[in-house]
Amino acid sequence: MTEAARGALGLKAKDFKTDQEVRWCPGCGDYAILAAVQGFMPELGIARENIVFISGIGCSSRFPYYMNTYGMHSIHGRAPAIATGLSSSRPDLSVWVVTGDGDALSIGGNHLIHALRRNVNLKILLFNNRIYGLTKGQYSPTSEVGKVTKSTPMGSLDNPFNPVSMALGAEATFVGRTLDSDRKHLTSVLRAAADHQGTALVEIYQNCNIFNDGAFDILKDSDTRDDWMIRMEHGQPLRFGADGSKAVVRAANGALAIEDGVADGDPRVVVHDAHAEDPAYPFALSRLSSLDSRYSPMGVFRSVQRPTYDAMMAAQLDQAAAKAPGDDAALDALLHGADTWTVA
Amino acid sequence: MSKSVEQLDRVVIRIAGDSGDGMQLTGDRFTAETALFGNDLSTLPNFPAEIRAPQGTLAGVSSFQLHFADHDILTPGDRPDVLVAMNPAALKANVGDLPKGATLIVDTHDFTARALGRIGWQSNPLEDGTLEGFVVHAVELTKLTLDALADTQLSRKDAGRSKNMFALGLLSWMYSRPTENTINFVRQKFASKPEIADANITAFRAGWNYGETTEAFAVQYEVKPAPQSTGTYRNISGNLALAYGLIAAARRAQLPMFLGAYPITPASDILHELSKHKRFGIRTFQAEDEIAGIGATLGAAFGGALGVTTSSGPGIALKGEAIGLAVSLELPLIICDIQRGGPSTGLPTKTEQSDLLQAMYGRNGEAPVPIVAPRSPGDCFDTAIEAARIALTYRTPVFLLSDGYLANGSEPWRIPAVADLPDLRVEYTTEPNGPNGEFLPYLRDPETLARPWAVPGTPGLEHRVGGIEKADRTGNISYDPDNHDFMVRTRQAKVDGIARSLAPLEVDDPNADARVLVLGWGSTYGPIGAACRQIRAAGASIAQVHLRHLNPFPNDLGGILARYQKVVIPEMNLGQLALLIRAKYLIDTLSVTQVRGLPFKADELAEMLQGVIEND
Ligand code: SF4
Repeated sequence: MTEAARGALGLKAKDFKTDQEVRWCPGCGDYAILAAVQGFMPELGIARENIVFISGIGCSSRFPYYMNTYGMHSIHGRAPAIATGLSSSRPDLSVWVVTGDGDALSIGGNHLIHALRRNVNLKILLFNNRIYGLTKGQYSPTSEVGKVTKSTPMGSLDNPFNPVSMALGAEATFVGRTLDSDRKHLTSVLRAAADHQGTALVEIYQNCNIFNDGAFDILKDSDTRDDWMIRMEHGQPLRFGADGSKAVVRAANGALAIEDGVADGDPRVVVHDAHAEDPAYPFALSRLSSLDSRYSPMGVFRSVQRPTYDAMMAAQLDQAAAKAPGDDAALDALLHGADTWTVA
Repeated sequence: MSKSVEQLDRVVIRIAGDSGDGMQLTGDRFTAETALFGNDLSTLPNFPAEIRAPQGTLAGVSSFQLHFADHDILTPGDRPDVLVAMNPAALKANVGDLPKGATLIVDTHDFTARALGRIGWQSNPLEDGTLEGFVVHAVELTKLTLDALADTQLSRKDAGRSKNMFALGLLSWMYSRPTENTINFVRQKFASKPEIADANITAFRAGWNYGETTEAFAVQYEVKPAPQSTGTYRNISGNLALAYGLIAAARRAQLPMFLGAYPITPASDILHELSKHKRFGIRTFQAEDEIAGIGATLGAAFGGALGVTTSSGPGIALKGEAIGLAVSLELPLIICDIQRGGPSTGLPTKTEQSDLLQAMYGRNGEAPVPIVAPRSPGDCFDTAIEAARIALTYRTPVFLLSDGYLANGSEPWRIPAVADLPDLRVEYTTEPNGPNGEFLPYLRDPETLARPWAVPGTPGLEHRVGGIEKADRTGNISYDPDNHDFMVRTRQAKVDGIARSLAPLEVDDPNADARVLVLGWGSTYGPIGAACRQIRAAGASIAQVHLRHLNPFPNDLGGILARYQKVVIPEMNLGQLALLIRAKYLIDTLSVTQVRGLPFKADELAEMLQGVIEND
């Protein structure tokens, strides 16, 4: 869509605000995400009535109440399933899912992977704060091993999910990652996701200042962030570090590795290709990070084209109707079937 | 040779064999011939849950029972007059159900010492007197089939597979059935394998000729067509009728349909059927699990579709939370539960009515859901339309409780004219309804208490719904005690109010002098009705009422119950309707229950009811 067309609706961020009082804890990262989404929505150039936000359960899942669009606050973990039914039966709508790490990856893990593999036209915003907030502080499926919480006084035992790796394992056609506090970056990833046809999963690192404060500080503090955050731009070399001397390189054995002090023009430096068909490359990128978020690639890991579930389903209906329309005569013939007898 | 022709008014036949022997297909074909001939009929397929249970074992026996008559009948029959047993296991598993004097047609091929020993028979029942009192036709069915196909290129194994068609040919001769449609059917089914089609037709004809020429079968029977009211008929199974009812409902509502389902016995055939009819605007979604099946359906309903999800008891248990959400969102949704034996996995291929209380109460909180139940295979069509009417009018999830017996059983069905079906059109809300030009998603229709159905894409009506308690009118989140109390009572009142839209109950009490009333619901209609006829034929009086609406009960039910001295409630569970009736009307009832995975036998019910009448 052209900028002019986008602007034609004349919507502003405030048009996407509701009269409902926002009830997250003061300082919660969700506020920044809400502001960024409301600020970005006018750019979509889509009328409010054609946008739907669907969420599950958790702090983040209150999101739809604050968006002046159509919305549904559903049940724990099921938002991707509900959104699948809505999007596939109403391909004219722009359907967004808001979920959290517990909602999407624990109780709703099954629905998430199946939405991704089907490539339903959904934009899924996964607020990852690596903790259960609404139930007051238990460890989540993205918490680091050994996390001491109310339910794990001696430390958690489970290995966490890496949401990006998991999504790529399900062959998601679009996977991005961004940060609540970096509005510009967040908006750029949202924009890319919105432009994508198919399921777009955007993992948003989100600070829960009550139960897991500072989880992503190394990616936020100006002292550390350049050393640990790998900004991905399609077609650009994956260089980072305060002086740009760190890089993602392809080692002799073909694996991706981080190296410090990489000379200018070193041919081993990986040039980011978000459109690579083979999910092995973005998967390898997703494996670079440590459990405590060091070496976190941020941006769009993968964005490839594949027919959407919604479009294919609609095409099957069109094809069937083109062969023989489903009118009253057709229904009458169906009810009769092949073998009938008549009593006069 | 000339054969004599004997007239019968009714026959019950059962065909039994290995689950790989094609017994269901044989039964279906014989049923189709019988339907076309114009008999009234009722069928009872009975098969194991395993796809291919070990050959020749009792566990692997599959059977198909058909009752056909020259008059109107209600059940597949209590006891077969004729049993066709394709192997020793099929004989052993079924012989106990035969009355003395019944006819047995047994394929002798597998009656070897080894095969008999496998099922615990030390000697051959065909020779040791076990079958005394029956008319036994020991026939070399397999060998005759092989002989008939000796000239073909088929291997012995492949040729032997046609023995079911030989049996069908023999039965078709015995009961003077028309054969043309079976031959056409075989040609179509094996269109891509003409040699198999030819073999089956040859075997079928050989079976017919065998009956015609052999001396062992001296009598041919005739069951005259049953008088039926005028109209065009077809034979239909419950699941097919249910699928057609849903398609018709969507068409009459002028809405697209969305079916979200996960495969489960005995409901999957509805998914299969609906997936074939995309041209009617039907989207079928085979979900990753039961929860996604209903979740996606609810999403589609939010978007304005007629949403349907189909399952059986275990799947309904998984859907419970989402059904609660549907109650809270107040969106139309049809939940079809094709009940089977429980608890847990239970008896997947056998019938039961034990999900009534699950449908009624299987959710957290006060979550009332209307419930309807069909009484016969053909009635599944009308009940689907009624479920849609309630769902769309009252903006509520609705349970439709069918069961395995209705799903797979079949009967003649008078085909309705599309234009005569109820008009189910609804209008989405398109204008703000509030006093200040705002949209109030929970401002209700004063008559039905239904809330507006404003679908995404409608400008100016943007709103949010959810599972948290909502404020009256605005739908905003509300934790206010009075509001919650009001909303809980209002949702209940909405469902209770459906009773005002129901037609008066039909009380079948021909002389209006009965003191005992039998009350039933669902698939027990046939056996109860047949039992009542027996009792009346014997000169006693009994009244019958059969419920289609289980929640809410019709408004006139209480008054009717009060008119009778005794109320008997037969159910294929441990008394679930009886519990609801006692609780609501504070009357005693006589709960008669059976959970054998099979429908009631009319004779047994009649005997029991006779006892109640005599002790009255
Ligand atoms: S508990 Fe954490 S995630 Fe939830 S609102 Fe408070 S700060 Fe935000």
